[in-house]
Formats: sequence, structure tokens, C-alpha cells
Amino acid sequence: MADLTASRTKPVAAPSARKARRMTDLRRQPGFNAMAWGCIVFLYSPIVVLIVFSFNDNRSVVRWTEFSLRWYGEAFQNKGIRNATVISLQVASVATFFATIFATLAALATTRVRAYKGQTLAYAIINQPLMVPEIVTAVSTLALFTIIKKATGVNGIGYLMLAHTVFCIPFAYMPIRARLEDMDLTMEQAGADLYATPYQVFRRITLPLLMPGVFAGAMLAFVVSLDDIIISLLVAGPGETTLPIFILGQIRRGITPEINAVSTLLLGLSLFFVILLFWITRKRK
Amino acid sequence: MPAEAAAAKTRATDPSEPHMILVDHVTKSFGRGEQAVLALDDVSVTIRPNEFFTLLGPSGCGKTTLLRLIAGFELPTRGQILLDGQEIGHLPPYRRPVNTVFQNYALFPHMTVAENISFGLEMLGKPVKEIADTTARMLDLVRMEHLAGRHTAALSGGQQQRVALARALAPHPKVLLLDEPLSALDLKLRKAMQIELKRLQSETGITFVFVTHDQEEALTMSDRIAVMDTGHILQVGTPRDIYNHPARRFVADFIGDINIIDAELESVSGDRGRITFPGGGTATAQLQTASMRPGRVSLAIRPENVELTDPGDARATTQGEIENVVYFGVGSNVHVRLRDGSELIARSAEVKGQTGDRVGVILPDEHLQVIAD
Ligand SMILES: Nc1ncnc2c1ncn2[C@@H]1O[C@H](COP(=O)(O)OP(=O)(O)OP(=O)(O)O)[C@@H](O)[C@H]1O
Ligand SMILES: [Mg+2]
Repeated sequence: MADLTASRTKPVAAPSARKARRMTDLRRQPGFNAMAWGCIVFLYSPIVVLIVFSFNDNRSVVRWTEFSLRWYGEAFQNKGIRNATVISLQVASVATFFATIFATLAALATTRVRAYKGQTLAYAIINQPLMVPEIVTAVSTLALFTIIKKATGVNGIGYLMLAHTVFCIPFAYMPIRARLEDMDLTMEQAGADLYATPYQVFRRITLPLLMPGVFAGAMLAFVVSLDDIIISLLVAGPGETTLPIFILGQIRRGITPEINAVSTLLLGLSLFFVILLFWITRKRK
Repeated sequence: MPAEAAAAKTRATDPSEPHMILVDHVTKSFGRGEQAVLALDDVSVTIRPNEFFTLLGPSGCGKTTLLRLIAGFELPTRGQILLDGQEIGHLPPYRRPVNTVFQNYALFPHMTVAENISFGLEMLGKPVKEIADTTARMLDLVRMEHLAGRHTAALSGGQQQRVALARALAPHPKVLLLDEPLSALDLKLRKAMQIELKRLQSETGITFVFVTHDQEEALTMSDRIAVMDTGHILQVGTPRDIYNHPARRFVADFIGDINIIDAELESVSGDRGRITFPGGGTATAQLQTASMRPGRVSLAIRPENVELTDPGDARATTQGEIENVVYFGVGSNVHVRLRDGSELIARSAEVKGQTGDRVGVILPDEHLQVIAD
């Protein structure tokens, strides 16, 4: 966002400056185009294959016969897929909601305060799920939850949601903090200057201006939660099968076009989020 | 200016004096230890009710810091700030009846022009009717009625400037602080806004504290000017005072064109001193600081006060030779090389001599100032 405005207000570079930039332009390096295309093909050909074969009227995922929506129909009919989708959406929604709130508070506490001792430590703690190998987090979370379950006798999907909330926080935190750091502090000072108390400044100025960052953080958290497998696999109790766990289970018995269809739908969902995000941040400007 | 008055300039402020803002021995330093920056060093100044007061000085001299201390965005390291008799130095910004026009305007991008202007009134908890009335009045005052519903991002620089002014004036603060509000505007718009600002100040009767590093802007707009350098206030006075009687070499240099001549102070009597020039000639000059001792001093005189005449003229203070004549439209600058080798500029509408001519230089006593470094 900052880049967009910057380039909009930047005066046109003088011819000599433009020439100098062109000389250091990476695109002028030999082999750049070949490399770029190589990367694109490498990244996207699996997805293309996935999408194409989700529309294949055939049980095979290697031999194309005819276009059909048959596997989408079957996927919708599949009770396992439907249940897993519902669980996934529930967990992702709850985790996103709380993770975004905590991330917003954390972002405020790391940018809108005087520098304090232990600030680096605070960063590290917030970002812990990004740095510790996920399998370690998963195993330790499982161990802790087992102890708690034993001690209290309380079971349920709440544990899974809690675990998701924790690892979603750093993903929600990053765009929110970036937005806060980009935000002109004088805006908030102007609010204080116009008699707004710190809480009013937050409600009327900081938060509205922060919203694009909050949306971005929430969407990132949602997608990350939806996609998680290791922690879910270990923490999820019986009847708490999320979509990725279900897909994993199915794939063990061989790839079916049904899974292709579900994966394509998931892809569509995340694409939708990306576009929505782009649209919101554009509009907010 | 008498010597006592000159001495009073360096004396501490007096709380019994009529004041709107009284900055009393304020020191502000940023950072600690090795990296500490002394932005303001024991600054005292009195700003009177209803005046257009300007802080003038080069970049980094502490103008913004002083303004931010008054607004409450910074707290003084030492000293106190009084507003209308009340100590405000440690109140948060939202408890001070002071509003700011920020250099980059800092308009709220998620609000319309009208919402920006009414924000302060709303925060003060004014009745809805009053908010609407005052906002309408402010829109009218800055001639922005037609854009009331517009979002601020879609405004031109001059329009944003006027919205920022209206927003800061709407709560009718006791003091309006303006930090280089015109520096982002082009020359023509800046001139128009200078007049507009003066009009707003006299119409509202609010005390304005205006920051600029443009001496011409300061001279045209201000009732009084404080000239600052490296965390100190060097001189406070009316534009006329500052221009005609600079107390310090820095002030003289900073404001307008001025000749600085090295000379010898022979004797002192009251606020006047007997001067001899190294290249010959004598004069009597005003002393700008009380504690002047005989010895080498700097003399200041404005180019327009230097008069050139025939070498034989009895009124001539000293002698020289025309080195160059530079025409600039309404007049010419005549560069004269004095006998001791120093250069002097005389400005007049009409020039009689030409390069190489010997001339007598008249330095009228009433325009000669002995200044401190
Ligand atoms: N927050 C800060 N931290 C550290 N140093 C600061 C801070 N604010 C100002 N300073 C320093 O204090 C001195 C005075 O700064 P100030 O912004 O008041 O200058 P100014 O007169 O407004 O200059 P300009 O005309 O460039 O705006 C400068 O040396 C500046 O580097
Ligand atoms: Mg400044």
C-alpha cells in the first residue's frame, strides 16, 4: 500500500536517472526471462494438473477422457468431506477471531509504546510458532493438553481451536504490525491535540486506519488455520477431523478425482481471499 | 535601544508580565549519555495574548521542539511552561487548550472535510447543534463550504492546508501552533496563505505561534519574532527591531542582507561607542549589548543605509573604491572595497559611479550597530 502511494506521488525520474536504473535493472540480465518462466512453470504446473483433472470424467488422474462436474457432485455428497469442511471452517473462524484480536493488541504493544527492555524478547515470544519446528510445537501441545484433559476431565474441540489460535497469531500479527509501522504517528498526535483521550484516539483514529491491516491479518490467519496439518493431526480428538487430515487419510488410499475437486475448491477459496484483500486495501486508500 | 533594555532580553521571564504562554528556563534533551542531543538549552520566552509570534531559525535549531513542548507531545527535561498563568508543562496534549497545524497537515484520511473540522468539538463533548454551527462557520471562514463532504485525500495542498487550519481553529483554542504550515506550498499560494493566516489571526483573536525558517515570511507576518540558533533564543523583538537593531552577529546575518565591518571600539559612553575604522575614519555607533568593552568589534549596517559620495566629501566616514555594480531591477548593489581590504555593499536606486571610481563612504551614526558575536 505504501508503495502504491509512493509511486503515485513520486515525480517522474529524470532521463539520466532512468537510464541508470535500466542498467541495473535485473530484467536486462541474460537468462532472466528463461529463469522467470522456469519458476512459474515449476510453481504452477502441479496446480494446473490438479484443476484439470478435477474436471475429468474418469476415475484416473493420469488419463483425460471428458469434461465433467461429476467429482464435485460426489465431493458434496461425501459425508466425510462435508463433516471435515464444517470442522475446518469452525476451527478456522474461532482461531482467526481470537488470533486477530491478540495480534492487534500485540502489534500495538510493540509499536505504540516507548522502547522498553525485553522488546526483542516480546517479538520472539509472539513469533515463537514461526521459529520452533511445527512438529515440536505439536508434540508439546499434545502433551500439555493430555495433562489438562486428565486433570480436568474436559474434552472437546476447544483444544484444537486454542492450538490453532496460538499458531495463527504471528501470521495475523505481521501485516497488522507492518500497517502500524507505516502509519503516520502525527495522525494520532493530531487526535490527541484535538482533545481525544488515548482510548478515543484508538477508537476513532488508530483502529479505523488499521483496519486494512487487521483484515489482511485475519485472512492470513484463516488460510493458515485451514491449511494446517501437523498440529491438527496430533491435537485433534475423535470426530474432529479437519479437511486436510481427511484429505491426507484419503490420499493414503490413492489420489481420487474427488480430492482434486475439494483441493480445487480450497484453492478457489484462498484465491477469493487474496482478491478480497487486494480490493479492500485498494479501496481503503 | 538602551543598554538596559538590551540587558533585559537575556533576563529570565517575569510571570507578572501579561502573557499567554510563558516558557520558563526550559531545557529539552533527547537521548542519554553519549548520544544526548540538547535541543533546547535553558530557553525562556514570553508570548503575549493575541499576538502573532514567530519562531525563526535555521534547520535543527529547536523550533519544532519548542512547539511540541507547548503542544504536549514532548515533556520538558527541566523548566516549566505556563499557559495563561497555569502550569501545563506536564499535562497530556488532550488536556491543553492548544491546537496545532501540522507541517504535513495530518488530516484524518478516513473522514470528510467536515468530519475533520468537527472532530475536536466532538471530543470536547459539545452539543450537536453547536458542533454543526461551528463547523459551518469554520468551513465558511476558510472558504471550503463547497467541499465539506469531500474526503481529504482528494484535496489539493492549499485546500488541505485550509482544512487543517479550520480543524485547529474550530475548538477555539487559546493558542494556535503552526509548524512551517506554508513550506509545502508553491510561492504564489504561499503568499496568498500568508495574508489568509494574518486575516484569520485578527478575525479570531487567537494567539498564533508560528514556526518558519523563512526570514521574509517572519518579517511580513509577525507581531514579534524570536530568532533561534542551536537551542537558544538569541533575540526577541518586533520585525522592525530585529531588522534594524540585530543584537547578535547571527541575527544580523540571518535576517536580510547586512554588512559586517571589523572595527575598533575606542571608548564607551552609555549605549554609544566611539569607533575607528582600520582603513581610517571614525564614527559613533549604538551598542547592542550592555557589557561592551573597548577592543575589536563587529559593526553592522544594512546596504540600503550606506551612502556613497565624492571622495572629498566632508561627511564621508571612510574611503574606498567601487569594485562592481550589480543591477537588480528596483536598484543596484554597489560593491565597494575599503582601504583595509574589506568589502562593503551599498544599495541605492540610482548609481553615480562605476567600477574603478574612488568614493567616499558615509556610514550614518544612527544606522551603525556594534553587535556581539
Ligand atoms: N525525537 C528526537 N530524538 C532525538 N533528537 C531529536 C528529536 N527531536 C529533535 N531532535 C533533535 O533536536 C534538535 C532540534 O530539532 P527540531 O526538530 O526542534 O529542529 P527545527 O528547528 O524544527 O528544525 P527544522 O527547521 O529542520 O524543522 C535537532 O538537532 C534534532 O536532531
Ligand atoms: Mg521543525
